[in-house]
Amino acid sequence: MADSILVMKDITKEFPGVKALDNVNLEVERGEIHALVGENGAGKSTLMNVLSGIYPFGTYTGDIVYNGEECRFHTLRDSEEKGIVIIHQELALIPELSIAENMFLGNERKGRLGIDWDRTYHEARSHMDQVGLRDSEHTLIKDIGTGKQQLVEIAKALAKNVRLLILDEPTSSLNEEDSRMLLDLLLEFKKQGMTSIIISHKINEVAYVADKITVLRDGATIETIDNSQRNIDEDRIIKGMVGRELSDRFPKREHHISDEIGMEVKNWTVHHPVYTEKIVDDDISFYVRKGEIVGFSGLQGAGRTELAMSIFGHSYGTGITGQLFIDGKEVHLRSERQAIEAGLAYVTEDRKGNGLILPQTVAVNNTLARLDKVCGFGGVIDTVKENMVAEEYRERLKTKTPSVQQLAGNLSGGNQQKVLLSKWMFADADVLILDEPTRGIDVGAKYEIYCIMNDLVAQGKSVVMISSEMPEILGMCDRIYVMNEGKMVAEMDVADATQEKIMAAILKSEKTENEGE
Amino acid sequence: MNVKAVIKKYTMVIALVAVFALFAFLTQGRLLYPQNMSNLMLQNAYVLVLACGMLLCILTGGNIDLSVGSTVCLVGALAVKLLQVTSLNAIVVILICLAVGAVIGVWQGFWIGNIHIPPFICTLAGMFLFRGLGRVILASKTIAVSDKLFLNIFASYIQIPGLDNEKKWSALIVGIAVAVILLITLFTGRASKSKKGYTLEPLAPSLLKMVVIAALVVFYSNKLANYKGIPVMLLWVLAVVFIYAFITSKTAFGRYFYAVGGNEKATKLSGIDTKKVYFMAYLSMSFLAGLSGLLMAARIGSVNGDTGSSFEMDAIGSCFIGGASAYGGSGTVAGICIGAIFLGVINQGMSIIGLDNNWQYIVKGAVLLVAVIFDVVSNHKTGKAG
Repeated sequence: MADSILVMKDITKEFPGVKALDNVNLEVERGEIHALVGENGAGKSTLMNVLSGIYPFGTYTGDIVYNGEECRFHTLRDSEEKGIVIIHQELALIPELSIAENMFLGNERKGRLGIDWDRTYHEARSHMDQVGLRDSEHTLIKDIGTGKQQLVEIAKALAKNVRLLILDEPTSSLNEEDSRMLLDLLLEFKKQGMTSIIISHKINEVAYVADKITVLRDGATIETIDNSQRNIDEDRIIKGMVGRELSDRFPKREHHISDEIGMEVKNWTVHHPVYTEKIVDDDISFYVRKGEIVGFSGLQGAGRTELAMSIFGHSYGTGITGQLFIDGKEVHLRSERQAIEAGLAYVTEDRKGNGLILPQTVAVNNTLARLDKVCGFGGVIDTVKENMVAEEYRERLKTKTPSVQQLAGNLSGGNQQKVLLSKWMFADADVLILDEPTRGIDVGAKYEIYCIMNDLVAQGKSVVMISSEMPEILGMCDRIYVMNEGKMVAEMDVADATQEKIMAAILKSEKTENEGE
Repeated sequence: MNVKAVIKKYTMVIALVAVFALFAFLTQGRLLYPQNMSNLMLQNAYVLVLACGMLLCILTGGNIDLSVGSTVCLVGALAVKLLQVTSLNAIVVILICLAVGAVIGVWQGFWIGNIHIPPFICTLAGMFLFRGLGRVILASKTIAVSDKLFLNIFASYIQIPGLDNEKKWSALIVGIAVAVILLITLFTGRASKSKKGYTLEPLAPSLLKMVVIAALVVFYSNKLANYKGIPVMLLWVLAVVFIYAFITSKTAFGRYFYAVGGNEKATKLSGIDTKKVYFMAYLSMSFLAGLSGLLMAARIGSVNGDTGSSFEMDAIGSCFIGGASAYGGSGTVAGICIGAIFLGVINQGMSIIGLDNNWQYIVKGAVLLVAVIFDVVSNHKTGKAG
């Protein structure tokens, strides 16, 4: 009998109208890294919320046995006292407070009178050393990148005497390098005897780090796969997740790249909006043909999003210089509205933050960028027409929503992404810049997004895809640009490109600096 | 739709009916006297007008305008002063005053929209500024209005010689006509929908709703008929309410206010000029505050340095009681009208009972808090406290 730190037995959790978990079983051995995989909506996060007491005892049925005793957690604090700490996908850090202050938030080191700051900073230092964070403990959270913020979260968990660490999509907003560092850190902790549960969409990471992999689908446990030998086939996991063979992760397409250039950018330089002397994008030139998908690879902070947004009507940056040609004609786009009218679309990487209006309906979101197209005389909205438009895109993109009157905030990540794409397709863009179009969405939805991209180029549109996932860049693009630290460092045809070549291009350009932003 | 959903959707309507019934009972029916029913409307005209403007500000993200009470005072003061010292025609004076309201709006809209001064602070400054300017114009005196035309435009009643005598039949006739038109539009709307092949909602609930509204219109117009007839002020208020209801629910321009409040960054990236949205919200607010200043000057018959004080609070209160979100992005003109009438009924009822002013404040405060608590609790049920 194995030494199980955690056994969850027959967990069933219902929400009004939905059975989110249906007799789910999970067994985690002491000292292992256990991965939980499944498509969006499979119930992974719900299961972890049950475990951590966010859904208190009594709102679910089934048993949780932790360290041999049955647990009934009523609040998050109950589970944390037992050493179960969950780190959510959206980090819970306060930007204006320092690393140390964040680390002990709600868990303050108290002295005789108020907080014992000396002890706080001393302990913060030691936990930061454990996770390999070399910044000062006084540094504000807003001044460090997402990768380091993730490390702060882990250090925060260590400060709570964590025995069972749960990470929900820890690498979804990290680049490959930071992701690898984080995973290696988990492996290091494992050697010291810590148990972790990791929820992830990234199959390669799961295969790399996990000893066992439990697959959830539609709220039920499908199987637990042993990976102690690190010999699992990635397709084997995907098959379990989607319940079918996914023979190819990237849909085939016929290439009809025209000779005409859809968009060309020459000598584009962008300065930081606040620190105006800092150059974010330095003398960038690139082009995309009609019917072509061009990929932008690079690490986080390479300046790709900033480049895209500055092109899109100067929505980022100051002191922007350079030339922009759309359809062969030079244009000067000073506002988002002008960019849209010129046939440009920027589909943001942050669909919740600046993509969709979550408390509005799918239909409202769908038409927002070109509301005039559904308006009659005097700017009066034809709601019937608006709904028909939304309905049309719902069918075309196979968006799963009960109706177009559903609030965008109630949809899953993949479906929100489809609504966002619908919005920009409705805006009649000829050149679409897709920024991390598949971030945080599951394998099935990714495939559908890829199909939509193929449709777009088949119609003769130009697509620029910014992505930090190299397999996706290699699988989908015709040509690849590599950026690093605001500079264009390589351009390659997909036929010649490999992950190693892209990484090499990035690393070769990094001679002076050893860390990205 | 089940009972629970109906109750949730019409919570404030039900609460309004309950409060109305309560005060009708407590005042032994005096609340229902034609005079009181007519006054209920006149005394709250300014709240309804200001609440419409305030809704646009609140929609942009829970932003409020603290300066409206002072703007009411300033514009009111300007009007009475101009009528007193110049021989300008009342209509010219009205146009000048409305223009001044708009200029104040441009001033505030510019700082808030274009320079990004936080609305709370900018309008707090405006609250002092405009109050002070108003008092300077009045030279700390109370100035009365005697201009016939001015009073007729805002504070008279519609009287048709020969038709209106003891009973003002014109009011009742208009009321019945409106009720009939409402019912006809319901059916013609359905007919045109079915002709185009759109799905129809079930007839019974919408018919019931329309019949209730039509009955209320007839009931109220009968009350007006038994008093002095249709007040001109009612027409002004209805005009503002209908225009704002149309803008917010039917136009692209109105949609942008909801969009900015829902997610400003996403709205900006959708090519919408968010600065202009803020600008327009505060422009319209001050313009309506100017109109309210004229309504108040005519209704009271005079303006002094305290005219309009704390009007902004009534407008803000109406919006929140009427279901506008304190975080922006949601709220309807119909809702805030209910909120304004709700506050009005409480005020009027308590005045008739003879409850003193201090208690009225306490009750108003409690009602506002309860309304917002109810809204938050019913809309953000997470299944778990905290």
